Amino acid sequence: MDYIIILIAAVFVNNIVLSQFLGICPFLGVSNKVSTSVGMSGAVLFVMTIATTVTYLLHQYVLIPVGLDYLRTITFILVIAALVQMVEIILKKVSPPLYQALGVFLPLITTNCAVLGVAILALGLEGGSLLKAVFFAIANSIGFALALILFASIREQLELADIPEGMKGVPINLLVAGLLSLAFLGFTGLV
Amino acid sequence: MAETINQKQNFLKGIVKENPVFVMLLGMCPTLGVTSSAFNGLGMGVATLFVLLMSNIVVSLFKSHIPSKVRIPAFIIIIASFVTIVEMVLEAFIPFLYEQLGIFIPLIVVNCLILGRAEAFASKNNLMSSILDGLGMGIGFVIALTALGVTREILGSGSIFDFKFVSEDANTFILFILPPGAFIALAYLSVLFNKISTKTT
Repeated sequence: MDYIIILIAAVFVNNIVLSQFLGICPFLGVSNKVSTSVGMSGAVLFVMTIATTVTYLLHQYVLIPVGLDYLRTITFILVIAALVQMVEIILKKVSPPLYQALGVFLPLITTNCAVLGVAILALGLEGGSLLKAVFFAIANSIGFALALILFASIREQLELADIPEGMKGVPINLLVAGLLSLAFLGFTGLV
Repeated sequence: MAETINQKQNFLKGIVKENPVFVMLLGMCPTLGVTSSAFNGLGMGVATLFVLLMSNIVVSLFKSHIPSKVRIPAFIIIIASFVTIVEMVLEAFIPFLYEQLGIFIPLIVVNCLILGRAEAFASKNNLMSSILDGLGMGIGFVIALTALGVTREILGSGSIFDFKFVSEDANTFILFILPPGAFIALAYLSVLFNKISTKTT
């Protein structure tokens, strides 16, 4: 039951992009085509799950026992940066097709605040366990994928629309994101 | 003489011509996430300004000692150290703000604005220019966040910096302090900003 609540909360109610504002850069940056947004979502799912697993274990079994909890931010960002690099190298060797699909997005992910954000938020989960933290990461990356792909689909349609001169570019995209966020606000109170 | 004019431009560019939020779209997550009130926006802006300025100074001082292959991790460590300082200072002295900003304080590390300035500017320029660049960009960021915070607070709660100017039970546009309001307010503010900046140039 706990897990179903985590899933619904992360995907709909507290959507990571539309209500928590994490990962806005890729959300606005790589959402002009549905195909690229699918690739980005895949890469985020992959990295976020691995990163949360590693940082959770590191925090639980290294940082807390030695009392270096306050070095959390520095450790996590370094671990994530190293991890992304490692995932890139391993993927290149082990699964070239997957690397082809995700490769270009991987370096971008290091500075994606959603990954660091979820790693930190996962530490504060109620009755936390490793399994719960990992599930939380997966649920959040599904939420990220949902928001990104929806937004990209709308933007593809938007190219054909007649937009006033001053609204072209960033402002209209922000407005669309606002309306999308408004729609997600309707899920409030679901869990 | 030409030198001083350049320095002045170097400082001013971050405020209007290359404003990090409205023009370059850097650091959007905290911009949207914490600006539900003017005070939060200002607090986040100042915290980021501090980290940006300090990291620009340190990166500029050590630029010849950092091997170019590991420069990005080195920059990240420098930035993360200052973020940790900010985190501890806020927790100790302004616990109210610390609680309000929450997750977005550690996330200053991944603010692309800071890493972007370290990589694109401070690692190539001398100390003085880097300080001015950091100050200019930081102030541009503070202005953008405060403007957004003020707009959302006026519309959403009918107050400025917690000073209420409508009666207690007045209806305000609650939408603007909720997440969708952040996107919508920023959209219209950037239209306004484009309008003003094209007129002046």
